[in-house]
Amino acid sequence: MFLRVVCFVLCFCMYIVQPRAEENINIGYLEQVVPRPPILSNLDEVPEDEGLAGAQVGLVDNSTTGKFLGHNYKLESRIVKEDEDVLSAAKELLSLSPYLLLNAPMKSILEISKLPEAENAILFNVSSLDANLRDEACSLNLFHTMPSRNMLSDALAQFAVKKRWSKWSLIHGVHETDRAYLLAFKKSANKFGLEIVDKKEWAFDADMRRNAAKEVPLFTQDMPDHDMLIIADELGDFGRYVIYNTWIPRPVAGSEGVIPSSWSASVEQHGAAQLQSRFKKAKNRLMRSIDYAAWAAVRTIGESVTRTDTSDVMKIRDYMLSDEFALGGFKGRPLTYRKWNGQMRQPIPLSHSRAVVAMAPLEGFLHQRNELDTLGLDKQESSCTAFTE
Amino acid sequence: MRLITLLTLSLLSTSVLADEIWVTNEKDDTVSIIDVETEEVIRTIEVGERPRGIIFAHDYSVVFVCASDSDTVQVIDPKTGKVLHELPSGEDPEQFVLHPNNKLLYIANEDDAITTVVDVESRKVIAQIDVGIEPEGMAVSPDGKTVITTSETTNMAHWIDTETQKIVANSLVDQRPRHAEFAHDGSELWVSAEIGGTITVFDTETKKEKAKISFEISGIHRDKIQPVGFEKTKDGKYVFVALGPSNHVAVVDPKTYTVLDYILVGRRVWHMAFNADETKLFTTNGVSGDVTIIDVDSLKATKSIKVGRFPWGAAFRPTSG
Repeated sequence: MFLRVVCFVLCFCMYIVQPRAEENINIGYLEQVVPRPPILSNLDEVPEDEGLAGAQVGLVDNSTTGKFLGHNYKLESRIVKEDEDVLSAAKELLSLSPYLLLNAPMKSILEISKLPEAENAILFNVSSLDANLRDEACSLNLFHTMPSRNMLSDALAQFAVKKRWSKWSLIHGVHETDRAYLLAFKKSANKFGLEIVDKKEWAFDADMRRNAAKEVPLFTQDMPDHDMLIIADELGDFGRYVIYNTWIPRPVAGSEGVIPSSWSASVEQHGAAQLQSRFKKAKNRLMRSIDYAAWAAVRTIGESVTRTDTSDVMKIRDYMLSDEFALGGFKGRPLTYRKWNGQMRQPIPLSHSRAVVAMAPLEGFLHQRNELDTLGLDKQESSCTAFTE
Repeated sequence: MRLITLLTLSLLSTSVLADEIWVTNEKDDTVSIIDVETEEVIRTIEVGERPRGIIFAHDYSVVFVCASDSDTVQVIDPKTGKVLHELPSGEDPEQFVLHPNNKLLYIANEDDAITTVVDVESRKVIAQIDVGIEPEGMAVSPDGKTVITTSETTNMAHWIDTETQKIVANSLVDQRPRHAEFAHDGSELWVSAEIGGTITVFDTETKKEKAKISFEISGIHRDKIQPVGFEKTKDGKYVFVALGPSNHVAVVDPKTYTVLDYILVGRRVWHMAFNADETKLFTTNGVSGDVTIIDVDSLKATKSIKVGRFPWGAAFRPTSG
């Protein structure tokens, strides 16, 4: 009888295919609140939990898998105001866990990545589109689940090539981010053989809600003929008033119209509808790009821990950068990390509020390694050396 | 005279005489019924919202359809196409299997991370089992002792004991497992992983991985080769694997686990069903909205038939014998 019991217990253990040790994985989340410059419209509302909500939904996903494997995940979050010390908050979180998500401006992300406390950490940039962070300012402890501006502008350029809308006119705002987006569009136009026939800065201070119909036709009247009007207006200040008010009838894209992004509410294919509905059920609002980037960061940690059965940070980093790593991200292709700068490869949906118009990389844009590398900084253009040293 | 009678009969009621393939159209809320002989759609019936999984009772007396967005499983009379009643299914039922006892339906509730067990006679839920995120693939072993649920985001195959309705083991597979099937003799479990691009073969006895099958089609990036549904011939000769957006079906030798051939079909090929003698295979092609027929002997696609929008599941219904 005793023997039979022992046998039963043994057999049962063998049935649990992965005999695993308990692992506790803490994940830090740090947000630095930045005041937003005023914009013309009063309609926009940025959810207070933007980013954090995505991390929380990702944590539930991780925990569901983890409960079958003895992996316990916890999220520790800090939200600091502009005048508070973001570096000491980062140090505090890094003392609790080597995994840290950063929803902060480029400057803070850069500073945190240089902290001695962060040297053996894995930081995830879930908010900044800045090209330099992926280039000269890159660092081995810093990964990016948010796409770069160049990935977004390249996605739009591929779409324009495919549509043969090869002449672009550009309108950009006055903010630093708008100029950065403008630069990205210029680079993409050059990369994909598009022609920029005009560019204008939007420096109006009139209230466009009342007179867009009068101002915009005049503003666009002297533009040379173009196939597409590209808007660089990341804050959403003026772009919305340009659509349907241009002098000549042309499609609008960029920050308005057809928008390249890492995620939008209209993404539904490849099982995305499930992530959307899971998010909506949990948070009672639509999922945004920063939410998606935070979700992908938390899922990256979860997927790596699941596959390696360890929470050792160096082993996790090696795994993330290995050929074995692949994350299902509801965009139709496995998400992986670029080995030369830690950027997460991902398809870029080009969408408006009601539907996805196209998904980049578009068919026909080939690459010797991975078609996703037709978007953004490719290996040979990158001046990031931290990952190869 | 006899011939004339037969002809007349077949003209009057083709559906009574010829075998059929039933195809759920996910975005049309309909089922297209294809005549296996004439290879044409002979009937279209209306069902609940977003129909996906479809299976017949083992005696073919009724057909079960997962109406995902109606949160129900509909029980339909195959002769009339009328919905007889609905079964409680849990939220968002996607795929399901019918236990060999013809009594218990095991349903994957995609939005709820649950597998629901429904008694089709009493029409009651008898168990709900917590599984991983986005359960989808469902399989039952030929002896009825084990049911498998695969979960797409958790990337596992969960082994459920049908005596206790509890999970007894969890096996990791590659990214986004979509479909699971036992070998006809029950010795192996096959699980496809859409994003991982592989099929993992498990030994049922030890629940250990035995083989892994990958796919390669020249001119198509491996990221686009995404195995989803698959079906095995009873003679153990072939396994046909739908490869999603690569628009191909792979032919696998189940003894050597090697790929023998790739057959071009419609766009985003998803699931499939054989005719009675397994000479024809019908594949659902979601994006192109059609069903491709593959001739199993020559391994060639012979015809594509227009059905509704986003055909998803396919099931065989014998009527001639």
